[in-house]
Amino acid sequence: MSIQDLYTEAQALSTAELRDDVVQHLYERSHKLCHEGISYTKTKRDTRTEKLDAIFTSPIFGFPIMIVMLGVLFYLTIAGANIPSSILAEFFGFLEGYLTSLFTYLHAPDWLHGMLVLGLYRGTTWVISVMLPPMAIFFPAFSLLENYGYLPRVAFNMDRLFKRVGAHGKQSLTMAMGFGCNAAAVISTRIIESPRERMLAILTNNFVPCNGRWGTLIVLASLFMAANFTGGIKSLVTTGVIVGIVLFGIIVTFFVSWVLSKTALKGIPTHYTLEMPPYRKPKIFDTVIRSSLTKSWSVLVRAVKVAAPAAILTWVFANIYIGDTSILMYAVEFLDPFGKMLGLDGYILMAFILGLPANEIVLPILLMGYLSTGSLTEVDNLVDLKQIFLDHGWTWLTALNMMLFSLLHYPCGTTLLNIYKETKSKKWTFLAFAIPTVLAILVPLIITQTVRMFDLM
Amino acid sequence: MGKPNIIKLVQGEKGNTIKITSLNLEGVMRRRLLDLGFVVGAHVEVIRKSPLGDPIAYRVSQTTIALRKEESSRIEGELLPNGE
Amino acid sequence: MVNEYRIALAGNPNTGKSTLFNALTGLRQHTGNWAGKTVSLAQGNVEYKHKTFHLIDLPGTYSLFSNSTDEEVARNYIVFEKPDVTLVVLDATSLERNFNLALQVLEMTKNVVICINLIDVAEQQGIQINERLLTNRLGVPVIKISARNKKGFPLLLDTIDRIVTGAIECNPAPMTYPPMIEDKIKLIEPKVRELVGNEISSRWVSLRLLDGDETLLNEISKRLVPEEG
Ligand SMILES: Nc1nc2c(ncn2[C@@H]2O[C@H](COP(=O)(O)OP(=O)(O)OP(=O)(O)O)[C@@H](O)[C@H]2O)c(=O)[nH]1
Ligand SMILES: [Mg+2]
Repeated sequence: MSIQDLYTEAQALSTAELRDDVVQHLYERSHKLCHEGISYTKTKRDTRTEKLDAIFTSPIFGFPIMIVMLGVLFYLTIAGANIPSSILAEFFGFLEGYLTSLFTYLHAPDWLHGMLVLGLYRGTTWVISVMLPPMAIFFPAFSLLENYGYLPRVAFNMDRLFKRVGAHGKQSLTMAMGFGCNAAAVISTRIIESPRERMLAILTNNFVPCNGRWGTLIVLASLFMAANFTGGIKSLVTTGVIVGIVLFGIIVTFFVSWVLSKTALKGIPTHYTLEMPPYRKPKIFDTVIRSSLTKSWSVLVRAVKVAAPAAILTWVFANIYIGDTSILMYAVEFLDPFGKMLGLDGYILMAFILGLPANEIVLPILLMGYLSTGSLTEVDNLVDLKQIFLDHGWTWLTALNMMLFSLLHYPCGTTLLNIYKETKSKKWTFLAFAIPTVLAILVPLIITQTVRMFDLM
Repeated sequence: MGKPNIIKLVQGEKGNTIKITSLNLEGVMRRRLLDLGFVVGAHVEVIRKSPLGDPIAYRVSQTTIALRKEESSRIEGELLPNGE
Repeated sequence: MVNEYRIALAGNPNTGKSTLFNALTGLRQHTGNWAGKTVSLAQGNVEYKHKTFHLIDLPGTYSLFSNSTDEEVARNYIVFEKPDVTLVVLDATSLERNFNLALQVLEMTKNVVICINLIDVAEQQGIQINERLLTNRLGVPVIKISARNKKGFPLLLDTIDRIVTGAIECNPAPMTYPPMIEDKIKLIEPKVRELVGNEISSRWVSLRLLDGDETLLNEISKRLVPEEG
């Protein structure tokens, strides 16, 4: 007798209520075990969780608190990262002096020095000094919040909005993961059982800026949007801009989910249950150390793995000439007209294209391109940096467009790879690439053309 | 005492305790709810509404679970007098 | 290798499996106070008394009835990969729901240790747990731990050690269902035993067949029944 026949036979015997009876029986036994083996000496209620929930999920304060939390998190990150960032940059600059002396001492050819020190070393260390400090602050702070139990409350508050657009309430959890890394967040969508809603979460996760993009967002916001402020206020304004960008990303997520669930991913919201665990005080030291160390380490590894080759490649492209124009310049000139339509330019588009493997390297590549020698000048302070942008005709509009492009554009290579692994579908992976790309082109295009039309500049 | 006051879970007010009498759902959702402790005879307490009114959080088998009204309107139970 | 044992960590979501895993293996699985933090298997080792325990951090599940993929992952691991010991990690503050899963695990496999975690929180809330009585009722060791504060580990490791060396034998107390269900199990079970042998619990498979668990069916034909008509 085959197992299939047995199954048929079993089904013939079975009744519809069998599962109910089984589970009910299990629960009765659980109940009995608890009754016999457990005694409650105090009142059973966890009043702390109740009081906190009354605040965090309050009809009046619930939403404002979420925005404030996000703001505080970014403010700490931005304000706290300033000083360590510049210390790191100075330190790497100091080391570079020695490296250069070493190359001179060894009579190394100029091109080798150019490629290794000006290209590779500067590119990599730039990524490290701009990216590492914010992450070393953001991740521990975020994982404290996560281990404390705040995230399910966000999912509780936001569920109604997700349901409206046909998505799953747990998408807020996967989006929160996206702040860390979209590639990891794509895997975390496994918590969403319904395939349709999971696909929505995968396709839109990219609209949450991952840590690789904050570097870009923070630098641009503080250079162009918060230019007239100093000190703490400057960080505050920068934070305001970043929170605005993130909220815009969330609105885009809702919009795209809504459109998709009316078209390609038609369907009604499926079932949903969300557990709200009691708040638990995290082991602060362990959590902080674990998240900052593992994250910092992975940033370093990524910087070396991705930023280094990209930096070398950019240097090479910028220094191989065909006629009197470098390869890089050919590409830039080709992209320039299109870039200008979007209020960007050829260099910026080039940087995003070369930055496909990882968002961290977009800004360094852009700077290398602008300096056209293909190497980074020592941008010790942001004023120098701003001058480079201004020399290339930037205005606040260029900065805004680049920030939006960064927020909306296609996911990085690793994320795309994970999307392919999770969906096992070329079609959906392609859509995960195409939808953001189209949006990243449309939004700056509309903004730029509107501004030009009404002569707002 | 009159006859038991049967209501839907979604109609419960904050603080109410409801003893489940029937689940009018099928398939995966029914099984999921059973797993979470929404079995016939279980006591469920209404904890709070989300800021936008839906979902609602319930206390069941010593944990807090939020359900959307699509589900909670299909679970029926007897409203127990307060203080139970 | 004789001295290597596989220990699976199962349990409801958010009961501290990853925290326990980290504390024992020194690895850094990410933890978070929400259901569903861990979505894929992670492995790490613990050395104890010249033995190596390979710990496997399973995704948290509410049940093992395979309603969703993560439940299937956890169930398949316990049933088909047959870890030497399965640790069921329970949350001391919501034992009623947690026992529900523990009882399901006990139906499937024999070598089980029940870890009642978050005992620190339970104590604060005045919850007193009589683990002797529970051990008696369940027929497998019940141990109170606090993964966060690294409390109760020596006893836990020692118990695992004694199970793998055969010093303790686990005899899970069987679940008895109402006669209506039991009668049906009796009808099917002998035939199931013919098919699956002693590889997996025939009683449990019978129950799952009655429940209409098709995914289990596919899994069994894939793994246990030899390929032929
Ligand atoms: N107070 C206290 N908190 C704990 C203890 N063990 C774990 N926690 C907390 O419980 C939460 C959940 O821990 P995790 O280890 O991520 O739980 P998990 O079982 O792996 O969860 P999933 O991966 O979602 O299945 C975290 O916030 C931990 O800090 C404990 O012994 N005492
Ligand atoms: Mg885990």
